[in-house]
Amino acid sequence: MATDERKLVDEQIEALFASHPPADTPEREFWGAQFDHGLAWVQHAEGFGGLGVSPRWQGEVDRRINEAGGSTRNRYLNVLGIGMGAGTIMAHGTDEHQQRFLRPMFACEEIWCQLFSEPGAGSDLAALATSAKQEGDTWIVNGQKVWTTLGHLAKWGLLVTRTDPDLPKHAGLTYFIVDMEADGVDVRPLYQITGEAEFNEVYFTDTPIPDDLRVGEVGQGWAVAMTTLMNERVAIGGSVSPRGSGSISLAVEAWEKLHGQDGDPVQRDQLLSYWAEAEAMRLTTLRAKEAAKQGTPGPEGSTAKLHWADLNKAITSFTMDLMGPEGMTYPGGYEFTRPDQTSNRGTSAHKAFLRSRANSIEGGTSEIMKNILGERVLGLPGEPRVDKNIPWREVPRS
Amino acid sequence: MTVTTAPPVVAFALTEEQKLLVDMVRDVLKDRATSERVREVMLGDDGFDEVLWTELANLGLTGLTIPEQYGGAGSTFTELSLVFEELGRRLAPVPLLSSVVLGAEAVLAAGSDEQKGAILPGVAAGTTRLALAHLDPAGRLTADPGVRAVRDGDAWVLDGTAGFVVDGRTATHLVTAANGPDGLELFVVAGDTAGVERTDLEVLDLTRPMASIVYSGVRVQDADRLSGADAVAALHRALEAGVVAIACEQAGGTQETLRTTTAYARDRVQFGRSIGSFQAIKHRLAEMLVASESARSAAYHAARILAAGEREELAIAAPLAKSYCSEIYEQATGHGIQIFGGIGFTWEHDAHLYFKRAKSTKLLLGDPKHHRALLGQAIGL
Ligand SMILES: Cc1cc2nc3c(=O)[nH]c(=O)nc-3n(C[C@H](O)[C@H](O)[C@H](O)COP(=O)(O)OP(=O)(O)OC[C@H]3O[C@@H](n4cnc5c(N)ncnc54)[C@H](O)[C@@H]3O)c2cc1C
Repeated sequence: MATDERKLVDEQIEALFASHPPADTPEREFWGAQFDHGLAWVQHAEGFGGLGVSPRWQGEVDRRINEAGGSTRNRYLNVLGIGMGAGTIMAHGTDEHQQRFLRPMFACEEIWCQLFSEPGAGSDLAALATSAKQEGDTWIVNGQKVWTTLGHLAKWGLLVTRTDPDLPKHAGLTYFIVDMEADGVDVRPLYQITGEAEFNEVYFTDTPIPDDLRVGEVGQGWAVAMTTLMNERVAIGGSVSPRGSGSISLAVEAWEKLHGQDGDPVQRDQLLSYWAEAEAMRLTTLRAKEAAKQGTPGPEGSTAKLHWADLNKAITSFTMDLMGPEGMTYPGGYEFTRPDQTSNRGTSAHKAFLRSRANSIEGGTSEIMKNILGERVLGLPGEPRVDKNIPWREVPRS
Repeated sequence: MTVTTAPPVVAFALTEEQKLLVDMVRDVLKDRATSERVREVMLGDDGFDEVLWTELANLGLTGLTIPEQYGGAGSTFTELSLVFEELGRRLAPVPLLSSVVLGAEAVLAAGSDEQKGAILPGVAAGTTRLALAHLDPAGRLTADPGVRAVRDGDAWVLDGTAGFVVDGRTATHLVTAANGPDGLELFVVAGDTAGVERTDLEVLDLTRPMASIVYSGVRVQDADRLSGADAVAALHRALEAGVVAIACEQAGGTQETLRTTTAYARDRVQFGRSIGSFQAIKHRLAEMLVASESARSAAYHAARILAAGEREELAIAAPLAKSYCSEIYEQATGHGIQIFGGIGFTWEHDAHLYFKRAKSTKLLLGDPKHHRALLGQAIGL
């Protein structure tokens, strides 16, 4: 089985490279062809960017593309689409959705954003208040979303709304794909502690959404949203980079530049301790990938997300300490821009330090990850809930 | 361990007068050092809040620790430390650390009577603003600073670069450490002297500017060389006072972070409950409280020991306060962002300002590792 799968993947890689040499083909054209060869999400069915094989082969595909001088940066240029939207559309979308959206998404012809969080509903996503009311074949949306990463570039949004306020909070939700160019959509920048505005607040005023952009049944929005979140946690924590890369490489670089062989033994030991932990975490991610099944990832995706978030914060902070006085600087200064990608990657040690503070918040906070692991993986009892079986209208909110 | 004598005991309790001082400072800062104002200054070109500075000077706060004979109030460092704690709560962008502590303490310790008489009244009045330029371009404190002094008849010529000078661009005078033929010397150089070039560094904490200062053939008179006492010992005293002032500021910032975060944890509702009702949050805040109390104690102790002139105990108390308060402030502000969640990661929220101040002061005038090494020496470990 595994050898058959490998053969299939290899054949497609070779065919792709023959028709579209990775180093010489314009990025979007290459990504489109990659999709057509079933190498976008190998676990998807044929015709939908996949080959119907285990998702573990994706790492191999991406590695080969990078080695051949091609780019896989679409995965973070369009992280909310490719990382989260695609899995959701595969699991819950209609055939038309899958035909219409996946290819341009993968080719980065259309950028996606995620419209879940609201000022009053972050960790408690199911408390959200943005309403959608049906009028014939159209839904009319009103409300405010917040922390919408790349909302300023997005053509499409993954939107969760409340369609029935009288049901308990999880039951009254419905999921849509929203056209960010539709009437009544207002995207405003929100600046972050790095000075940049990767995220936005998004206001909907009587925004129409045709019913055929609904994903899943009316009232089934929570289940669809969960699929997105499970995919998100894997997208955030679950990518396997080469040994010693990522934030630990910035720490090692700072060490070598500033201290070299005669550095402080305590700091050296701390550095090695982080290196070991980063490598152990990387191996865990590799192991999880190997075991991954087709379909939506389970709650164990929170393991990598939790570990990565806390370790990344610790390492980037330690790197600033290693730099000593230089850690009091912010080279390049604060620029109040709206970037075209999130700066979790490929960035200076200083910016990485600030950006990392979001890692334990975005995609579900570390506290929430711990609750998920405790309750859904370890099977511990949940906390008493005051908000479960009463109408959403009656749940206390701040 | 060679330390056997019991440490000197200093009372923590504030006198009535000191309480009045705290109230007065709080009142001023409440109106003047609002978040909006701090942000306006930190993004503007002035480098410090001139309005607030003038007000602090009018209230006599810039002259608190300057002896009466030089136009100050002759109070102790305990009083000044209370001011730092309050400034730390609000991140007020004023050059009190650079001028009244680092600069003035160096002049007090190294200057002749005449020099003190010439410089310190202006400092006390707030019209003279000193900055201490004593680090090499990379910000290291070494026996050989970044600037060299060569004698030329009655004058001296300074060449080189001093790095990481707090408030260095806007100071009226630079207390400059330079290596001369007979070792370290301290010169008081007017900021507008020919050959002095000052450039702001791109700093992490915008509420506390730092500059790189290039000296190219800068001529100063011998009268501007602090000649009352040994420069190395004087520099050491100034830095020790600076370290204690920072620790008090950090204790203030830690308390403020705990206060605002606790208030948010009480008000913010998720899952139908205040997030402070979740033990993950409640316990973290309780831990912050414990740490914050210990940080305060370490900072207060150091300030009172400095005020009492107990040099031997200060060698323990100062590095203890700086290393401990630095770690606690950093932790607390990190927890702060986490407990605020998404809003805590935004520019518009103040959590990041404290977080950056914490990281920056942790590395300013020696990181915790450096200070723990000093502590180790002091206790004979
Ligand atoms: C950089 C960044 C990018 C983001 N991008 C997006 C995006 O593209 N789309 C989108 O929809 N959202 C996005 N988010 C939002 C993110 O998902 C939320 O910030 C997150 O879910 C937390 O919600 P909150 O900010 O409202 O904090 P809150 O939920 O209010 O949490 C505040 C604190 O309370 C704690 N807490 C809450 N409930 C519990 C509990 N039950 N037990 C213990 N502790 C608890 C939290 O852990 C946190 O420490 C982004 C956030 C960041 C920082």
